[in-house]
Amino acid sequence: MYRTIQISGHTLAQGTFVRSLGDGRIEIDAGHARLSGRPIATRNTSETVNIQSAFRKTLTGGQLRGGLLAAVAVLGLTFSGSGPAAAQDGVEILNVSYDPTREFYREYNALFTAWWTAQGNAPVSIRQSHGGAGAQARAVIDGLEATVVTLALSADIDQIAERTGKIPADWQSRLEHNSSPYTSTIVFLVRDGNPKGIEDWDDLVTGDVQVITPNPKTSGGARWNFLAAWGYAKQKGLDPAEFVGDLYKNVPVLDTGARGSTTTFTQRGVGDVLLAWENEAFLALESLGEDAFDIVVPSVSILAEPPVTLVDGNITSDAQRAAAEAYLEHLYSAQAQALALKHFYRAWDTSAAAPEDVARFPEVNFVTVEDFGGWPEVQPKFFGDGGIFDQIYEE
Amino acid sequence: MRAGILRSPSPLPGFGLSFGIMVTVLSIVVLLPIGALLGRGLMIGPGDVWDMVNSRRIWSALTLSFRAALIASLFNLVFGLLLAWVLVRYRFWGRRLVDAAVDLPFALPTAVAGIALSALYAPNGVFGQALAPLGITVAYTELGIWVALVFIGFPFVVRTVQPVIEELEPDLEEVSATLGARRMYTLRRVILPTLTPALLTGFALALARSVGEYGSVIFIAGNIPNLTEIAPLLIVIRLEEYNYDAAAAIGIAMLVISFAMLLVINIIQTWSRRRIGLV
Repeated sequence: MYRTIQISGHTLAQGTFVRSLGDGRIEIDAGHARLSGRPIATRNTSETVNIQSAFRKTLTGGQLRGGLLAAVAVLGLTFSGSGPAAAQDGVEILNVSYDPTREFYREYNALFTAWWTAQGNAPVSIRQSHGGAGAQARAVIDGLEATVVTLALSADIDQIAERTGKIPADWQSRLEHNSSPYTSTIVFLVRDGNPKGIEDWDDLVTGDVQVITPNPKTSGGARWNFLAAWGYAKQKGLDPAEFVGDLYKNVPVLDTGARGSTTTFTQRGVGDVLLAWENEAFLALESLGEDAFDIVVPSVSILAEPPVTLVDGNITSDAQRAAAEAYLEHLYSAQAQALALKHFYRAWDTSAAAPEDVARFPEVNFVTVEDFGGWPEVQPKFFGDGGIFDQIYEE
Repeated sequence: MRAGILRSPSPLPGFGLSFGIMVTVLSIVVLLPIGALLGRGLMIGPGDVWDMVNSRRIWSALTLSFRAALIASLFNLVFGLLLAWVLVRYRFWGRRLVDAAVDLPFALPTAVAGIALSALYAPNGVFGQALAPLGITVAYTELGIWVALVFIGFPFVVRTVQPVIEELEPDLEEVSATLGARRMYTLRRVILPTLTPALLTGFALALARSVGEYGSVIFIAGNIPNLTEIAPLLIVIRLEEYNYDAAAAIGIAMLVISFAMLLVINIIQTWSRRRIGLV
């Protein structure tokens, strides 16, 4: 018997009937091959089932009401469980900081807690948050309940003060040394033996040197790099805009953060010189071996002042305020300063520090951000939208 | 009896409840954030949004993002199809392992992927060293962006095409052969038309994913303005400047372009479904 079968989808085949396969399919002999499929009935072929119609439906008023009720119920369930979850007893400090201070604050928090309880106070629990300085500042602006902020730039704290009102405008005069218990500077990290002979900033603008530095738009640290180069050009009587423009033309990779640039330079082997925070450069030497890299200190660099302050608007109790203020003030104590020196920061009080932690730092001819008019002026002029940094890449 | 009004038109119960939950979740998860972005755009004003987007640097970032996403997705389209085909049609040692490995780009944090890729393709990396004598540098060039986007978009094509190939009965190809068709003809006229809707879906998913990809790309891109700076990075830069309006403007520009591209893909899809009769 000659039969027509449907093989798959819309393909049909015809051949002589061989056998029935039992599951509704039959096998036919098509001449070249034996094929199997569902037989097409010669009569009554209109028996098609529209599966879709069972699921297709119109929306009636009653269903919509039911749906909305369900929606409200779901919302209720979601939000009713979350009551105020404040810690009742014990004072808590949240220190919102930037990336390279991670190791320092881990040790400082232990130091402070020991000192604070030895004074007869109730113990405090200190929590740390680290990240890119800009992102951390934005988190505080968007509502992260920081008790104290310890960031890379006073510009970031200015933004918190301006946008939330939680910090008074004159915050930087509340503690000594522009509220910067430790400082750092920008140095060059070069490959072992300094094969390109890099000694100063003007060696970075020659054609065959590749410079690694992060993007000053996304990295607080990179803004110090930019200003240090600018300061050098100004002191040498060069056109600073042209000088810095030439420098950035030698930058093959603009990472978003300082740690990213360090990785690009040290792990990926890209570039001849890394513009680095002094503490990061020492850390790289310590962790990657002194025989891999050398530190070169340029004739002019910038005094980088990472400031700290209290976020007054987030303080909930007098006890918390007392603890947080002590937390910041204790950063200036001889022990804490020694700890900062140990973590490769330049600190003010060297009385309790190990001599080798102090001797490590060479003399540098510093420019400061005040020479440029202070951060409120520098930030928009150099790094704002359409500012000097943007102009380097606009032509 | 009230059964007349509340009668369910479907034999399946629970339509009202499930529809309500669906609308709520969709609103909270998808519609509200996108609505907030567009609302911000309306607050700024369409003219100002245009002014903020209309600069050389933003255009080169946008074209780079969409160009790289297109190239990577086209690559994935071809090789994703091939891999899916091999996985379904052939039995070989380690097939299940390969099958499981396809999902890894989904599972891996994108930053990890980016760091791993840049370590491999950097001048001192394994691939980077091998490619250097040929004069090819991948890391910190546009090529690097393609590599990262191929990596993260790959599973989308494979996973959308794979079940359709499984459904595809080999009988179909045999019939085509019995009717005298050559291999290429069978491929072109029998297999590909059936797979086209799934391929397009996979392509659209991979494209949408790659356009917005940030985490893996920034590690391998170099991020030099006008050359290797992707649009999502520019948004992050605007946020770092506390310039939320400009960030929203770039976001809206990406949303509009993506929407237009997905619309075109959907139209092609509907057309191709009609053509082969799978409505």
